[in-house]
Amino acid sequence: MTLTLPEVKRIARLARLEVNDAEAETARQQLNGIFSLIEAMQAVDTSGVEPMAHAQDVFQRLREDAVTHTDADARQRALFQSVAPEAEAGLYLVPRVIE
Amino acid sequence: MKPWEIVIGLETHAQLATVSKIFSGASTAFGAAPNTQASPVDLALPGVLPVLNKGAVECAIKFGLAVGATVAEKSVFARKNYFYPDLPKGYQISQFELPVVEGGQIVLSVGQGDKAYEKRVNLTRAHLEEDAGKSLHEDFHGKTGIDLNRAGTPLLEIVSEPDMRSADEAVAYARALHALVRWIGICDGNMQEGSFRCDANVSVHRPGTPFGTRREIKNLNSFRNLKEAIEYEIRWQIETLEDGGRIEQATVLFDPATGETRAMRTKEDAHDYRYFPDPDLLPLKIDRTWLDRVCKRLPELPEARRQRFVTDLGLSAYDAATLTATLETADYFEATVAVAGKASAKLCANWVMGDLAARLNRENLGIAQSPVAAAQLGGLIARVADNTVSNAIGKKVFEALWTGAGQSADAIIEAQGLKQITDTGAIEKLVDDVIAANPANVAEYQAGKEKAFNALVGQVMKAARGKANPQQVNALLKQKLAE
Amino acid sequence: MIRASLKTLRAALAEKKISSVELARLFLDRIARLNPELNAFITVDEDKTLAAARTADARIGAGEAGALTGIPIAQKDIFCAKGWRTTCGSRMLENFIAPYDATVVTKLEQDAGMVSLGKVNMDEFAMGSSNETSYFGAVNNPWDKTRVPGGSSGGSAAAVAAGLAPVATGTDTGGSIRQPAALCGLTGIKPTYGTVSRYGMIAFASSLDQGGVIGRSAEDCALVLSAMAGFDEKDSTSLERPPENYSRCLDEPLAGLRIGLPQEFFKEGCAADVMSAIEAAIAEYKNLGAEIVAVSLPNAHLSVPAYYVIAPAEASSNLSRFDGVRYGYRAPEYADLTEMYEKSRAQGFGAEVKRRILIGTYVLSHGYYDAYYLQAQRIRRLIADDFTAAFQQCDVILGPTSPTTAFRQGEKAADPVQMYLSDIYTIAVNLAGLPGLSLSCGFDHQGLPVGLQLIGNYFAEARLLATAHAYQQATDWHLRRPALAA
Repeated sequence: MTLTLPEVKRIARLARLEVNDAEAETARQQLNGIFSLIEAMQAVDTSGVEPMAHAQDVFQRLREDAVTHTDADARQRALFQSVAPEAEAGLYLVPRVIE
Repeated sequence: MKPWEIVIGLETHAQLATVSKIFSGASTAFGAAPNTQASPVDLALPGVLPVLNKGAVECAIKFGLAVGATVAEKSVFARKNYFYPDLPKGYQISQFELPVVEGGQIVLSVGQGDKAYEKRVNLTRAHLEEDAGKSLHEDFHGKTGIDLNRAGTPLLEIVSEPDMRSADEAVAYARALHALVRWIGICDGNMQEGSFRCDANVSVHRPGTPFGTRREIKNLNSFRNLKEAIEYEIRWQIETLEDGGRIEQATVLFDPATGETRAMRTKEDAHDYRYFPDPDLLPLKIDRTWLDRVCKRLPELPEARRQRFVTDLGLSAYDAATLTATLETADYFEATVAVAGKASAKLCANWVMGDLAARLNRENLGIAQSPVAAAQLGGLIARVADNTVSNAIGKKVFEALWTGAGQSADAIIEAQGLKQITDTGAIEKLVDDVIAANPANVAEYQAGKEKAFNALVGQVMKAARGKANPQQVNALLKQKLAE
Repeated sequence: MIRASLKTLRAALAEKKISSVELARLFLDRIARLNPELNAFITVDEDKTLAAARTADARIGAGEAGALTGIPIAQKDIFCAKGWRTTCGSRMLENFIAPYDATVVTKLEQDAGMVSLGKVNMDEFAMGSSNETSYFGAVNNPWDKTRVPGGSSGGSAAAVAAGLAPVATGTDTGGSIRQPAALCGLTGIKPTYGTVSRYGMIAFASSLDQGGVIGRSAEDCALVLSAMAGFDEKDSTSLERPPENYSRCLDEPLAGLRIGLPQEFFKEGCAADVMSAIEAAIAEYKNLGAEIVAVSLPNAHLSVPAYYVIAPAEASSNLSRFDGVRYGYRAPEYADLTEMYEKSRAQGFGAEVKRRILIGTYVLSHGYYDAYYLQAQRIRRLIADDFTAAFQQCDVILGPTSPTTAFRQGEKAADPVQMYLSDIYTIAVNLAGLPGLSLSCGFDHQGLPVGLQLIGNYFAEARLLATAHAYQQATDWHLRRPALAA
């Protein structure tokens, strides 16, 4: 498998990473190197093997439906928003979203 | 050429009635100050992890049982990846390949009167997922404000098969679904607050040809908008096709102000959501024991209750349907029957759908907030049924119960001396007095004027302060006038 | 004191030979003196450290001290610590002051009373095997400052090796504790997946990440692991098991222990010096009474390919939250929302992180999911099954930790594939979720430490530590120090 430049740009766009042509070309070469390593996988017959998504073969634990986070005086919010690039009136601000 | 056939499928998001969010311990209450119900998990701070709310899973189980679906023993949470400012993690935790509920059916009745018909709509699936936050587009120096209070609110996304063939059917389905989720207590159904919202997939084609390309109308938050949006979309698609145009697959928004739909401007990267199992969440297991436990707590379902009202209580199909519109109404009605007796079921139905409903409506109250408790109304109905009071006096007693003038119908009847006069001698005396005092009316009656008879009855009832048994008054008056 | 074991420090604190404040001061001074030439620490905050030391002294004075109260520790900068800048080695979080504590921080600092000396350097978002991907600069190996300390927990390893901290936390997604421990002559343990809470540990690849310890000896690691491990309701993958004392069988004899040597780990591809040190260690284990058995991990060679699908896939999604909206870097100029995302992420992330995000995005994207992601998951199962079979025949698996000793800065930086292959022996352990440990077992001809890897069955941490401890009782490799200024 070989990645093309438009493919690199498409995935960069999906991942919201700005790349210029030179960067995309470097990335393309490196990614193709990495994929040649990954290709070793393709020769293996894995039919009938159950995919393993987790390191544990157990089911998930649930929590009771109870409110444990309260912020009536908005002090937590102030703390959380102290690291925000832009916040006002308790809201996070972003460039205008057009639907 | 055959007429166009319309094909509609609905995806409904029902906000689940849990107190905390699906993956965090923040409250789900509506209307808090922005971002004060956003915990580190909801804000997707670096390093935080989701832990699934058992209450949300129980809601999904209830729904699955209520629609006769398969509740999956093993289901999987997946990440749906896309960037949006109100989606803090850059992915939504949802279910993709193995949803918690598969299949099921909703029974609905479409139309009214002679044209009414029953329809069964099949469900594809229902899955658990988290809601996104809200983007506020008011002017913050030309920027959008993000409030993440709603982020992480549990949703059940209910997906129907494309079984509906008209806007009316789609609305009837949405109404039936809305009634059901409220009935089983998994969603408050508040559409204004966005607790229940629909996306409609609409396409048109000629019968016998493959389905047409569909367009998805997003976020319809009232039955009226649902109907208008679908009707507009159908007209638009048919016109486009008849003008020789083509339908492109699209996501569209409905503008209630203009009554039109328009394609969204946001490009969605050709919908490459890169779903994969969420590595932070192991598979969800729902075993038989859990299912049985939830099943026991499930209320009798509307369909079963409707049938029981017809067969057991002798109600008409219409009355049974009206009284099972909500669980509260059905419960209230049955509580009146419990006091008044099964034989008075029809009378109970009349009172609940008539006087009570009218009064509640006037005061803008729900049946759960009725000042007259079901047991009180049942007590009153029993007294009407056994002729202790007439229907007319019953209305007076009802009013007294409403205003809190007495604790029970019996106490009010006693205190206000409203007991019906059934003693023949006493009524005879009143009739004699009225005949003697109103010779003109008597003469008119005997000359063949039926109206004059009613005037005489009125005089007797007035003299009895409304308490005389009307049937007895009628009979005695007729008998005396004939003498 | 700088080189003392945790047990010795504990005794000195208990006997009031030294206070926690004095001990912290000692290390802070050493950090101030030596860190400029090592770059092991990203953030030091003397006030915070000394305040914590005073609290610890009060606890000791009140007779409420535990086994670790008052003992300094360096925290890998991947763990959120409230009020501390927590960067994850990235420009993206250059100014991020964590507003909450990771469970590991709560357990070690609040509960056990350890004193944080600061946040140590790491590969950006733990993606790297040399610590060269850190936005805050490469870390120099105390054994040879022109060489890398390994990664991603390179700052942790360099700090402990140089005596800037007695012990440090680390995280291990594909070898990030074991490989730097090996390259710096230390002991490092990554426990069974689900043993140490991941809450507050900034995620790289969620199904592989696991916190652990880098220290000078198995004995020190056992003490700290006992305090940091344990069930956490905030982590859905945390295992509900009773608390464990990982020191409990340190002094049990090794006689009868079956050590498995996977033939696949003893083929070409490993430096000769490394292999001869490993062979010598095997001989030592025989002396100690262990039985050596041959085992096979036939799919081990597929672990690097499978890992470089699974880890980037999870990472690409985990790192989507860094969007410049609620925290972290936001580009100074942008025309609209999409540009804000694309520029903030392009400028906030370094080259290796972006590379992995691109790989991950690609393998999950439409049309490639089955061929890459699902296939990798199936291979993951084959690899895990190999271990299950091997553990039918042995108690502990032994092999090299890394195919080479510490390599030169820049030597592999330009070639990602060469860099990725340096984790060839460690990655399979993460895919299977097993516990793994690395300990120092000698030196190469350049005087650089060689690491020996021990792999245990699920929940066999105590046995692994005991196996390492027995070796360290019989040898003194773990006591060797780099020639740094005193």
